[in-house]
Amino acid sequence: MANAQDDTRPASGSSTGPVLFYNETVIEHFMNPRNVGELPEADTDGFGLVGDPSCGDQMKLWIAVREGRIVKIAFNSSGCPGAIATSSKLTALAEGISAEEARRITDDDVIEALGGIPEKKKHCSLLGVRALQAAVDDWEGRRAAKAARA
Amino acid sequence: MIYLDHNATTPLDPQALEAMLPWLRERWGNPSSPHRFGHDARAAVEAARQRIAGSVGCQPSELVFCSSGTESDNLALRGAARALRHRGDHIVTTAIEHHAVLHTCRALAREGFRVTFLPVDPDGVVDLDALQASLGPETILVSVMHANNDTGVVQPVEEVAALARERGVTFHTDAVQSAGKLAVRPGELGADLVTFSAHKLYGPKGVTPLTPVTTGGAHERGLRAGTENVAGIVGFAEAAARAFDGLAAECPRVGALRDRLEEQVLATVPGVRVNGAAATRVPNTSSLSFQGIDGESIVLGLDVRGFCASTGSACSTGDPEPSHVLLAMGLSAREAQGSIRLSLGRATREEDVEATVAALAETVRQLRRVSSVRDGAE
Repeated sequence: MANAQDDTRPASGSSTGPVLFYNETVIEHFMNPRNVGELPEADTDGFGLVGDPSCGDQMKLWIAVREGRIVKIAFNSSGCPGAIATSSKLTALAEGISAEEARRITDDDVIEALGGIPEKKKHCSLLGVRALQAAVDDWEGRRAAKAARA
Repeated sequence: MIYLDHNATTPLDPQALEAMLPWLRERWGNPSSPHRFGHDARAAVEAARQRIAGSVGCQPSELVFCSSGTESDNLALRGAARALRHRGDHIVTTAIEHHAVLHTCRALAREGFRVTFLPVDPDGVVDLDALQASLGPETILVSVMHANNDTGVVQPVEEVAALARERGVTFHTDAVQSAGKLAVRPGELGADLVTFSAHKLYGPKGVTPLTPVTTGGAHERGLRAGTENVAGIVGFAEAAARAFDGLAAECPRVGALRDRLEEQVLATVPGVRVNGAAATRVPNTSSLSFQGIDGESIVLGLDVRGFCASTGSACSTGDPEPSHVLLAMGLSAREAQGSIRLSLGRATREEDVEATVAALAETVRQLRRVSSVRDGAE
């Protein structure tokens, strides 16, 4: 059976070999996600937490805002590849733009920027979008509270 | 590429392929045709039937060739339930069956049968006391799998068979994940109906016999219409002979590799548990749960690094629901979501184990950095 072992090992690296479920851009973001981590409390102007921690699909997102623009953004995700890659792309899209514009980024914008994700994974991109919206809401709430105090 | 998903399917044994080729190339007759091409194909099917019966320990006439484990499970359960409907309406199965059995039982429940889904203990073994307590005068059919596809945990089917026999209840077992992995032959499990599959033991896809031990004299013409898959049946006979002949050497070899893999993962990666570790398992299967990260992400991280693993049974891959098997064992949804299955096989070598552990450790570190879970603790 020694020879048979070699014959039955799957081929790899050939152009006709098996393809992965996600496109290369998605996999690149999954393997090297942008803006991973968390912002220290002192830098944080807005924070969003969404997902169901009991099912493991949890998303935390921090933003630092200067003159209405998102100057720093960071996220943590314990989710599937779709959640990690879309969150990574979302933070890249949001960095440097105004918080108001960032709030208007839709899950379709993120999916399009990634060149598409498999149909049954599309709902994963919602988590990051909702976390970012929650973080912008939080920033606005903090700003309003500060203005009221002033 | 290192393939560690043998519970999904196995590569075709090269000798089985060789045995199949004439029946695809030159000898392509229909076994039911009344001429030499037909007779030739019929003789091949019957010779293969004899050979498979010898390998798995049943009578040739007891084999019914279906196209898949799912079809075989459906035929066994729907066939037995309907045939025995006049005697009662109660079916007993377990919470950890393959979807082919679970969904069929749910369909039968919609037809008016009463179905009991037995619980399992934290190691994934069916509770025999609960089984005994569930059997009543109306019980007509019991279906308990031999080895679980997600965890590899072996169920006490011989005991279940004895309990069913005492009561005159028909017993079906799905032995798809044990046939060719355990020394026991499917036909000798004491079950009335056994499902096992060619493509899980290095045979071709599309051939899955059901052995109806009690319905004597039944054959495909009576139970399953359609032209026989001649090449597939011939290939299965060759693959089954080689798999069962090789078991005495292959079981301990693969078992030692699996045990080493688990030892090294436990020593290298924090925040991991081996599911069903205290139970008897088929020697090739390892179900691992990693704290704070997602199983599908681990599988993709491994895939990118050249290792084929699975989150669980292939039919639920891509399904956002965590494994019903792990949930039935008492894992939380979160723990179940962080689980992967590694299933070794004939091609797995010692150096593959080291490489797998290294790739797995790296993948888990990468994902825990993203999820902010460090060293298995948040």
